[in-house]
Amino acid sequence: MPFLQLKNIHHTYFTKSSVTTALSGITLDIEEGEFVSFLGPSGCGKTTLLSIIAGLIRPTEGTVLLENLPVDKAVNKIGYMLQQDYLFPWKTIEENILIGLKLMKTLTPEKRQKALKLLEQMGLSGFESKYPKQLSGGMRQRAALVRTLAVEPKLLILDEPFSALDHQTKLRLEDLVYATLKSYGKTAILVTHDIGEAIAMSDRIFLLSPRPGSLYHSFKVPGLLRELSPFEARNHQTFSEIFQDIWKELDHIEAGT
Amino acid sequence: MKQELKINLLHQKYIQTLIRRKRWVRFYQAVIFLLFFAGWETASRLSWIDPLVFSSPSKVLNLLAAKIQDGSLFMHLGYTLFETVAGFMIGTVLGTLLAAILWWSPFLSKVLDPYLVILNSMPKVALGPILIVAIGPNVSSIIAMGTIISIIITAIVVYTSFKGVDPNYLKVLQTFGATKRQTFMEAILPASFPTIISALKVNVGLSWVGVIVGEFLVSSKGLGYLIIYGFQVFNFTLVLMSLLVIAVFATIMYQLVEFLEKKLIKNSG
Ligand SMILES: Nc1ncnc2c1ncn2[C@@H]1O[C@H](COP(=O)(O)OP(=O)(O)OP(=O)(O)O)[C@@H](O)[C@H]1O
Ligand SMILES: [Mg+2]
Repeated sequence: MPFLQLKNIHHTYFTKSSVTTALSGITLDIEEGEFVSFLGPSGCGKTTLLSIIAGLIRPTEGTVLLENLPVDKAVNKIGYMLQQDYLFPWKTIEENILIGLKLMKTLTPEKRQKALKLLEQMGLSGFESKYPKQLSGGMRQRAALVRTLAVEPKLLILDEPFSALDHQTKLRLEDLVYATLKSYGKTAILVTHDIGEAIAMSDRIFLLSPRPGSLYHSFKVPGLLRELSPFEARNHQTFSEIFQDIWKELDHIEAGT
Repeated sequence: MKQELKINLLHQKYIQTLIRRKRWVRFYQAVIFLLFFAGWETASRLSWIDPLVFSSPSKVLNLLAAKIQDGSLFMHLGYTLFETVAGFMIGTVLGTLLAAILWWSPFLSKVLDPYLVILNSMPKVALGPILIVAIGPNVSSIIAMGTIISIIITAIVVYTSFKGVDPNYLKVLQTFGATKRQTFMEAILPASFPTIISALKVNVGLSWVGVIVGEFLVSSKGLGYLIIYGFQVFNFTLVLMSLLVIAVFATIMYQLVEFLEKKLIKNSG
């Protein structure tokens, strides 16, 4: 039984003046512990797909099953990290990372300790009582990751989590996030515009066609690269070969429209 | 080391300039103050202006001293302050509560929208006579005046702020399975604190208007009553003295709200 199953997902947005079909006929399975990425042109429905997987919006057609249960009944098993950190500016870092536990009414001293430990692993010890605006962009993103992981989700969803950061911070965070997720054995879904990031971090990569988004192609990242940390993977020679392949396919997609 | 010394020196210099500039500002403020009152006194004594209508600072001060001595000023001031603070608080709390209800039910807010617009554009003080007849000519109807004048505008402004909260914050909470109540308490309300505080500032002024007009209409106590009484018996020294006291206390109230603002929202934003 696959960990996560997407069955024939369609989604259409209705507004007073327009009907936009964002996704059409997406079917795929993701195994436990896998790291998959979605690549696709802007506006092809990636964020929509993530929101559907997270159970935040209901698709107009199709079902999403997490461990054989519909996702809207499994909200607490999924952690969703948005493109920007969206830390609450009026809460301290500690309050921010504990908000999920507080809302779920599962805040125990042990869980609190665990969350603070995670914060320390992310290199943010000593910042517990600071406010988000006192932190740099990269630090805030790390704090947001701790907030997401504190509730111990089974599935982690990342919507362009590094796109607002400078290149160096981004490379460092990739490594950190990768190592953290691997050590906890988490399943993760990443949306990104950066082909390199997708290759460096994932086990599988899905290319989406322009709107309405549908599965265009999928790539398996060779085991060789998967063993490496994202930074090392980027410097590996097979990396550029795959990069070329994906680049070509993306070109095809663009040309087809 | 030398570099550091120089920077320190420059910093000191910079601070000195700031202090000097601030002194000049204070100086000119004092000059305006003195000129105004000295000019007023002189003009009145030399009868450039009608002393019967415009009185003079010395007469106003004398009257003030007399009213303080016989204690009647405190009685009037006490009433007006109580009514204003009560109207101001009730108006702000009820307005915010109304905003919360509107946020809670988008359907209700759609339904009520035109009525809010009408109520908001209506000059609230025009409701005075009706309030007095309905509630009775007493302190309650004056507090009601101080309340209705600020409640609708507070509701509209705060509701707009509630709706304007970045939906991504709500999305974050939603991923943790937050209920509507939790969403309101954790994101909507704290995100709107700055707006609520600035509504408070506006409401200070509005409540004074409501209460003074209310006192014009019914009261036999309060600063508004002193003004209307002074007007009726042609004692403009009394009118001006009341105005002076109102100016002082309205300013104090405003400063208090500003102080509260600094305390409450030093971290957000
Ligand atoms: N709430 C909404 N109402 C109506 N249309 C929407 C809504 N959200 C998204 N859309 C439309 O659906 C399409 C897909 O949007 P989506 O945000 O999923 O794209 P995306 O692939 O994440 O884009 P990007 O790469 O720019 O983030 C877009 O054309 C967008 O205009
Ligand atoms: Mg998107």
